[in-house]
Amino acid sequence: MQSSHVFIVLLVLAIAAFVVGRVRVLQLRNAGQSVHSLPFYHGMYFAICTSLLPILVLGLWMVASHYTINSWVTSALPQDILAQSQGDRSLSISMIDSLAEKSNMLSASEIATLRAGGDAATTILTQHNIGLSQNPEAFVIDAALHKTALVQSAAWIISALCLMLAMLGFYYAWRKQSEDLRTRNIVEELFRYVLMAASSIAILTTAGIVLSVLSESIAFFKSVPIASFLFGTVWDPRFSAAGAEASAGQFGLLPLLWGTFFITIVALAVAIPVGLTAAIYMSEYASSKMRGFTKPALEVLAGIPTIVYGFFALTTFGPFLQSAGAKAGLDISPNSVLSAGFVMGVMIIPFVSSLSDDILSAVPNSLREGSYGLGATQSETIKKVVLPAALPGIVGACLLAVSRAVGETMIVVLAAGIAANLTANPFKPVTTITVKIVSQLTGDLEFNSPQTLVAFALGLTLFVFTLGLNVLALHIVRKYREQYE
Amino acid sequence: MSDINTISPHLKKRRRAEWLFRAYGLAAIIFCFLAVAVLFTSIISKGYTAFRQTHITLPVNFDASIIDPDGTKNVDTLMAADYQQLVKKALLDKLQIKPEDKPTRKRAMDLLSHSADTELRDLIIANPAIIGKTQDVSLTASDNVDAVLKGTIDRTVPEADRQISDQQLAWIDQFSKDGKITKDFNTKLFTAGASSQPETAGLWVAILGSFYMMLTVILIAVPLGIAAAIYLEEFAPKNRITDFIEVNVNNLAAVPSIVFGLLGLAIFINGFGLPRSASLVGGLVLSLMTLPTIIIATRAALGSIPPSIKEAALGVGASKMQMIFHHALPLAVPGILTGTIIGLVRALGETAPLLMIGMVAFIVDPPKSILEPATALPIQIYMWATSAERGFSERTGAATIVLLLFSFVMNAGAIYLRRKFERRW
Repeated sequence: MQSSHVFIVLLVLAIAAFVVGRVRVLQLRNAGQSVHSLPFYHGMYFAICTSLLPILVLGLWMVASHYTINSWVTSALPQDILAQSQGDRSLSISMIDSLAEKSNMLSASEIATLRAGGDAATTILTQHNIGLSQNPEAFVIDAALHKTALVQSAAWIISALCLMLAMLGFYYAWRKQSEDLRTRNIVEELFRYVLMAASSIAILTTAGIVLSVLSESIAFFKSVPIASFLFGTVWDPRFSAAGAEASAGQFGLLPLLWGTFFITIVALAVAIPVGLTAAIYMSEYASSKMRGFTKPALEVLAGIPTIVYGFFALTTFGPFLQSAGAKAGLDISPNSVLSAGFVMGVMIIPFVSSLSDDILSAVPNSLREGSYGLGATQSETIKKVVLPAALPGIVGACLLAVSRAVGETMIVVLAAGIAANLTANPFKPVTTITVKIVSQLTGDLEFNSPQTLVAFALGLTLFVFTLGLNVLALHIVRKYREQYE
Repeated sequence: MSDINTISPHLKKRRRAEWLFRAYGLAAIIFCFLAVAVLFTSIISKGYTAFRQTHITLPVNFDASIIDPDGTKNVDTLMAADYQQLVKKALLDKLQIKPEDKPTRKRAMDLLSHSADTELRDLIIANPAIIGKTQDVSLTASDNVDAVLKGTIDRTVPEADRQISDQQLAWIDQFSKDGKITKDFNTKLFTAGASSQPETAGLWVAILGSFYMMLTVILIAVPLGIAAAIYLEEFAPKNRITDFIEVNVNNLAAVPSIVFGLLGLAIFINGFGLPRSASLVGGLVLSLMTLPTIIIATRAALGSIPPSIKEAALGVGASKMQMIFHHALPLAVPGILTGTIIGLVRALGETAPLLMIGMVAFIVDPPKSILEPATALPIQIYMWATSAERGFSERTGAATIVLLLFSFVMNAGAIYLRRKFERRW
């Protein structure tokens, strides 16, 4: 039985148990007993007793089964295979996996043909649409059959276990139920734990990000020293394919870091002045009518997917800058820092303006009125009173904007360069960390090679950097808010 | 003591400064409107042509000896027949080309899409009765013919630099003079999957993939997010763990989306062994990404409900759980919905994490379940934007229009809900 089928069966059982529990307590009530909890809670109590444990077991198995079964299969492989290098072994394992996936459809005679090898075996492979590049060796077939058997028996054991647990749970609820049983308290207490578990997903996600990025990065730093990654000035992952010590310096982070910052600086040079002045105008000058149609326009800008900005930069803005530059006698590359940065800046404007708008409106009116009372004009009030008061919050908003710009991917993937240049010329292309993560992971490279793993090291850099910025910015914004509350 | 005369020389300067400052603000806002306008005109002008596709009408003789020599009308025979030959014959007869003239024949065939034979096949399968008859059939024209008629290929360019020869141009002119060329609504754009030929490439797989992913996000992120928000807003004691959770939620909302993709690759694909490029994995990654948005929106909605309502419920004997689920949550629904839709729109347009989990794939057949490989709308835009053929450029624009349309419909829904149910306490 498939896990999903077991799940559906469990749900049906839970509903049935709910009905039973409810009907039984209604009978008690009709018999004139005074019952502590409402029938609904008795039903829920039954449903929970019946299905909670089995569903937990099933969920745990769904998460762990892939890893457990694979490690069983691997440990049962012949000694000489286990002694092979990492690459050869993972090749055999992937062959076992793709064969095991389809081995249900093979009859005994077909398996015998497979064992015999030759063209007949190849025909069977193509007939059943099994994607193997060569005929499987005997140990692969054995392991695949072993794996299929394991998967099947494990599925049966888990299904049987779940059903048994459900039965036991139902029996327990049946025995426990009485008019005095405080099912409402029990059910609500349990539900509180469910809510708590849901809120811990946030921690789990962070932990998942840190663990996944960190463990792969550690694997990467085993083949490339940290120092040459952090301080290397050459990014050229291709030529180190041989894995030689001398070529380790090819994974230099600095050009990518520079490219990321260069584009970020250009983006902020557009977004902060425009976003901030727009926010000032909106919160201090604009009539409510004007706000009514300006806010939606900014929301439209904020709601446009970044891939659309990227497409715009690639097909319209980059070529436009190039031809404009050619007229002015400048040599501007179509995927220059300027074009990627400018478009990214436009993307960030609504982000800056909506955050600053909130912060400006949080400045108490008494400050403004005090300033007007002393005879200051509106702009003087804004420049000399409101902005200084809002400064910490605005700094926080700008830091969040930096973190957005640093982590932005699609605009730069489409509109920035591929080559990692250390240049200060805004008309030349540079590349960024995110571009390289994408290009290292979308190729057909083997997963355990440094070329792929470097993406995780880059991801770690990105995560640490944005984490620092976010925590700092959120701290500042929060502190600032408390100041006026 | 200063009087009006010492102030007035300054006054002009100060008024000027005031006026300038306002002008800056107005300029910034005009810049934003301009950006919106330029972005939309550029994308619409690039993409709108792809919604129409050129077809060439040809009299095709459905020769029984080619399609179904034995007259069985068996579906397998009909599927396997050589429709290419029918197309070729119809075209060569129409243009009066001798079959021996190979180069001319090839140039003529280049007028039609490579899918012309499958179009005939589908016609026959749907209606086997037309075998043996001659009928006018409207066949999809090739990418280049389409481009000539839409004016993307410049006729004045010398023949050597043009992707279409003078002879082909003459044929096209002849066809259009005879009224054999029609521009129809491009249904393939919405019904077909990936294709290496622009004229047969469509968005269906991507739309379906995006739909499955949105479904996953709704099923996973919405309940989890609301549950988490209820706990944090109503139950959580003020302690370090709660603080830590809050910091995590706020920080996750600002983590670059590509990092979520790395998480999906390392944990869902390499760890749990879920299939690559499946919409389930994409949906899970997007769920984790959307979760903070939903939590923050739900908390804000719950927090804005006046305490009097909550206390009244508790006062008449409701438990805390009953108070939340019977009173607070229903009142918070509009706020939650708005936040959820905004989160969903972001998830719909998100590309970077999906690149990480292998959704950049050439998928022709629509996925039947969330475990089968699929693409997504933004991924399709990315793939078309990076392909070299000219025909894909207008299709990229069209896909962008479709994506924007979807997100606008959703956004408009959010704004409508907010307006309709907005309540000031």
